[in-house]
Amino acid sequence: MSQTIATPPTVRLDSDVIGKPINRTDGPAKVSGAAKYAAEFGVTGPLWYGYIVNSPVAKGKITKIHADEVLAIPGVQQVFSHENVPSFAWFDRSYKDDVAPGGSPFRPLHEPEIMFSLQPVALVVADTFELARYAASVLRIEYEVEKHNTDLESVIDEAYDAPKGKTGFMPPPKPKGDMDKAYQEAPHKIAGEYIHHAQHQNPMEMFATTVDWLGDGKKMKIYDKTQGAPNVQQYLMKIFSLSSDEARVISKFTGGGFGSGLRPQYQVFLAVMAALELEHSVRVVMTRTQMFSFGHRPHTLQKLRIASDDLGHIQALEHKALAETSQFENATETVVNWTGILYNSPNTNFDYQLSKIDVFTPLDMRAPGAATGNFASESAIDELSYKAGKDPLDFRLLNYTYSDPTENKPFTSKRLDDCYHEGAARFGWDQRNPEPRSMRDEKGMLVGWGVAAGCWDASMQKAAAKAVLSADGHLTVSSATNDQGAGTYVIMTQMAAQTLGLPMQQVTFSLGDTNMPAAPVQGGSWTANSVGAAVKDACQEVGKKLLKLAQKMDDSPLAGVDFEDAQFVDGHIRANEDITRSVAIADILAASGEDKIEADGKAGPNPINQLKYSMHSHNAVFVEVKVDEDLGTIHVTRVVNAVAAGRIMNPKTARSQVLGGTVWGLSMAMMEETYLNNELGRYMNHNYAEYHIPVNADIHKIDVIFVEEEDDIASPIGVKGVGEIGMLGVTAAIANAVYHATGKRVRELPLTSDKLL
Amino acid sequence: MNSFTLTQATAADEAVRDLTSHDGAAYLGGGTNLVDLMKYNLERPTHLTSLGLLPLTDITSLPDGGLRLGALATNADTAWHPEVEKRYPLLSQTILAGATPQLRNAATNGGNLNQRTRCYYFYDLATPCNKREPGTGCSALTGPNRVCGVLGTSESCIATQPSDMCVALAALEAVVRVQGPDGERTIKFDDYHRLPGDHPEKDNTLKPGELVTAIDLPEEGYADHFTYLKLRDRSSYAFALVSVAVGLKMNGNTIEKARFALGGVAHKPWRDQEAEKMLEGQTASPDLFRQVAAKVFAEAKGYGEGSLHNSFKIELGKRAIVRALKQSTEMSQVVNPNVFLNSNP
Ligand SMILES: Cc1cc2nc3c(=O)[nH]c(=O)nc-3n(C[C@H](O)[C@H](O)[C@H](O)COP(=O)(O)OP(=O)(O)OC[C@H]3O[C@@H](n4cnc5c(N)ncnc54)[C@H](O)[C@@H]3O)c2cc1C
Ligand code: SF4
Repeated sequence: MSQTIATPPTVRLDSDVIGKPINRTDGPAKVSGAAKYAAEFGVTGPLWYGYIVNSPVAKGKITKIHADEVLAIPGVQQVFSHENVPSFAWFDRSYKDDVAPGGSPFRPLHEPEIMFSLQPVALVVADTFELARYAASVLRIEYEVEKHNTDLESVIDEAYDAPKGKTGFMPPPKPKGDMDKAYQEAPHKIAGEYIHHAQHQNPMEMFATTVDWLGDGKKMKIYDKTQGAPNVQQYLMKIFSLSSDEARVISKFTGGGFGSGLRPQYQVFLAVMAALELEHSVRVVMTRTQMFSFGHRPHTLQKLRIASDDLGHIQALEHKALAETSQFENATETVVNWTGILYNSPNTNFDYQLSKIDVFTPLDMRAPGAATGNFASESAIDELSYKAGKDPLDFRLLNYTYSDPTENKPFTSKRLDDCYHEGAARFGWDQRNPEPRSMRDEKGMLVGWGVAAGCWDASMQKAAAKAVLSADGHLTVSSATNDQGAGTYVIMTQMAAQTLGLPMQQVTFSLGDTNMPAAPVQGGSWTANSVGAAVKDACQEVGKKLLKLAQKMDDSPLAGVDFEDAQFVDGHIRANEDITRSVAIADILAASGEDKIEADGKAGPNPINQLKYSMHSHNAVFVEVKVDEDLGTIHVTRVVNAVAAGRIMNPKTARSQVLGGTVWGLSMAMMEETYLNNELGRYMNHNYAEYHIPVNADIHKIDVIFVEEEDDIASPIGVKGVGEIGMLGVTAAIANAVYHATGKRVRELPLTSDKLL
Repeated sequence: MNSFTLTQATAADEAVRDLTSHDGAAYLGGGTNLVDLMKYNLERPTHLTSLGLLPLTDITSLPDGGLRLGALATNADTAWHPEVEKRYPLLSQTILAGATPQLRNAATNGGNLNQRTRCYYFYDLATPCNKREPGTGCSALTGPNRVCGVLGTSESCIATQPSDMCVALAALEAVVRVQGPDGERTIKFDDYHRLPGDHPEKDNTLKPGELVTAIDLPEEGYADHFTYLKLRDRSSYAFALVSVAVGLKMNGNTIEKARFALGGVAHKPWRDQEAEKMLEGQTASPDLFRQVAAKVFAEAKGYGEGSLHNSFKIELGKRAIVRALKQSTEMSQVVNPNVFLNSNP
């Protein structure tokens, strides 16, 4: 596997650390086991363990809980259920977290009503984990069962327009022209229905919370598995009326999230509730089965109609989606908009609706909404390219957008065309025989080549950071952001080192503690640019102070130099005009007599730029599949993923993100589906043995190309983020390659062998 | 998981005595299945007789030309044993097509025979399942049942025996040696596992207290013409949707002797002796293989359409038989005939 930065936009210096493939600073701690995850922290004093009991039914009411039988077991401390959990905050808004959708959030152990299968109904707390688990297994609970409905297809008639209410959700674009007429009249057209089922994020690390009860009023250290400690803290403070001092949330390492940790999960509520009630340290860890008891990528049904003129220009474009949500919240994703951003059409129609079923509220999962819409629209575009007699890549280039048609705004930057060209060249696309079923390998396997494009937001959020330069010259920067494996630790260290011209070893970046300056949840690919810009700001503020101190030194060579005219390189501040006018930072610190220099930094979206521009990352994905037609088996033997996502801060960690995204897209294409039994209203393959994701043997050659963009409008540091974009395009490119290999268009995921028989 | 006591037995008769002297006791082999079942509260033994110290780990040649596999030899040691690799490559490859290296290092041959079904409902106490709780019903009949069977099913259970190894053992016509309170006996492999009928709670024909001590392989290992074809949802660490183990003796293009068994389709490794006879004395040809495949699935019954339901296994199973027979007849000293299909292209 190789990787290139196809065209670095700026000249790089030897002293630069940004843009270099630097190893993760947290790598050694992770591989040696020193990195501690939420369930691994020790507490002061003894620790009790909570084990969660979940509902076997999807709808109904608890009529009796035989807690007394379990409380009689020596070592069992308490059985919490709706019967004895005090009511906390009254209003829904207290239970709303930063990324909650509209509706009424789930309140654990609040009422006897059951709203979904696997709903948590009790927490058994005992002296040991084994005892709590055993006691939970013998806890008898009686239910009055009601008829449930988990079948989305049966409630299509009850669909309603997805309401606003969730941060980041973009309602479908307004219609343009006359879709029906244009579609009728166009010479080339396709219509298709696309389906994927529920998928669960399934990070390796289970959700877990360790509450360290400090014995000083209600003060707690709450070690939580989350993608955003500040979001969890706010949630807990509102529900339990705690101060930020009392509810300190810590999350140093997160063993994967993929969206599942965006919202506080119910184990943190249960652990904190139990600690407050028992005035004792408590740990609650979910089981793998329980990892299937909350959010998931929603089962979604989509319909597309697209038509083109004789030359292949799209004339009509319609994309409609219907997704499931729970009975109590409106989980919304941006599903259909991306199609209108990637392709221009004079006549369009977009629609996005929800229907309620008896499941837990869906939750963002890697490239939420876009992954859903992208599979359908890139399959449909591909299909139309054949109808119009065009090469699928040429067809996409023919319908390329230079500004965003949904908002009539220019892009801050868009090098998707270069992604197409670089990717096609690396892949060898010009060797493709356009005819389906025309290519075979030496063993007689059908070979198919497919392409697809992807598009994701380059959005910024408010973030803050603090930088402290100590007298010994060590720089410590902190922000309450998260690292779910993305590489946040190393890229923020790079950003700080670059800004003040210090070597990497002289910089420490720490994160994941609500005592640090606030940062948004890690999601949406916004951490690198938002937190990165805040880190830069904090370091620049330290730099300004350093410059002032330098100028106070006797005969300072930097006298009269403005901050804008100074550079921080190799541990020195130098004048841009004349780099021999230079002072070592160590000398400044020594001369100043200060024991430290500190500053706060912050960053946020620029509202004027947001009004004027459309900000997106893009990618082009090329895939080769080999299909054993008799047996329906598909092997994805080659992938080239070319990504344009602004400046790449660290090609090594960025490449890892794109590799992971590519595997994720393959997983969605080929394997992932949570099996829902509608009679039982329950997901059935709730373990790693039966919920399939790829193993090493499923993954072959993956090539990542970065087409860098210079874009200081999308973010002050030129970064767009790579967390989501890597998975886009992949699923559709595989389906398109399978069509090219076999002549079969599969519109329902995953592409299991039975669908090709 | 409930609390339990544990004894480390050091001899087979001691193990049998220990088990039969405790109510609700179970044998513990590698524990890769039993411990999971205990964690899921499906099995709640109050006593475990651990077999880890039994001197039954050897693999030894038998006077009649066969090979004896100790019940406590691990799946990994068995698959990589030079005699097994050389004389019974079908068995070796079949074992290696199962689970993961870590699991195979811990799993024992005796435990492999007795592993329980992977039917989703069996593993979830919240759902009706006749195998787990007789009389509660079978959730798989109408619900998602991609893992379930299409041959020899009953209205009370459509589960499959999930082992790969057992599919090869069936084709090789192995014999299971057991020791119980009443002494030793042998069970032909075909008779070891049973069909669900009205008693799906019983997976096999072991009597209470009986311990598997060894598996005997007959002399014929089909080392020149064999295949294990395993079709599954990912390239490793997944149970078979359909698998076929084939052993042939060929003379030119004529099949002299044919044995094959299927996994993933029934409550036991599925053999069809009439279908085997259809091959014997015949010239290998795709037409013949298709007839054989049709015969095997003639009475198959699928339970619902679509990817989550298992009717597709009937067509997939037929194609798998045709492919596996073709591979076995065509091979001439191919070391691993299904490497592409199973893992890396
Ligand atoms: C995630 C996962 C994936 C897997 N994938 C596959 C796969 O793809 N293919 C495959 O074939 N297998 C697979 N397996 C199953 C694995 O092969 C079995 O778990 C293993 O073979 C069981 O052996 P063990 O020694 O660990 O048995 P144990 O778990 O110790 O015992 C299993 C059962 O056998 C009984 N038992 C054990 N030894 C004896 C004996 N000598 N006499 C009588 N009874 C005995 C026990 O009481 C128990 O009921 C998988 C398992 C897991 C957990
Ligand atoms: S198929 Fe057998 S194991 Fe599965 S639910 Fe039915 S009875 Fe239980």
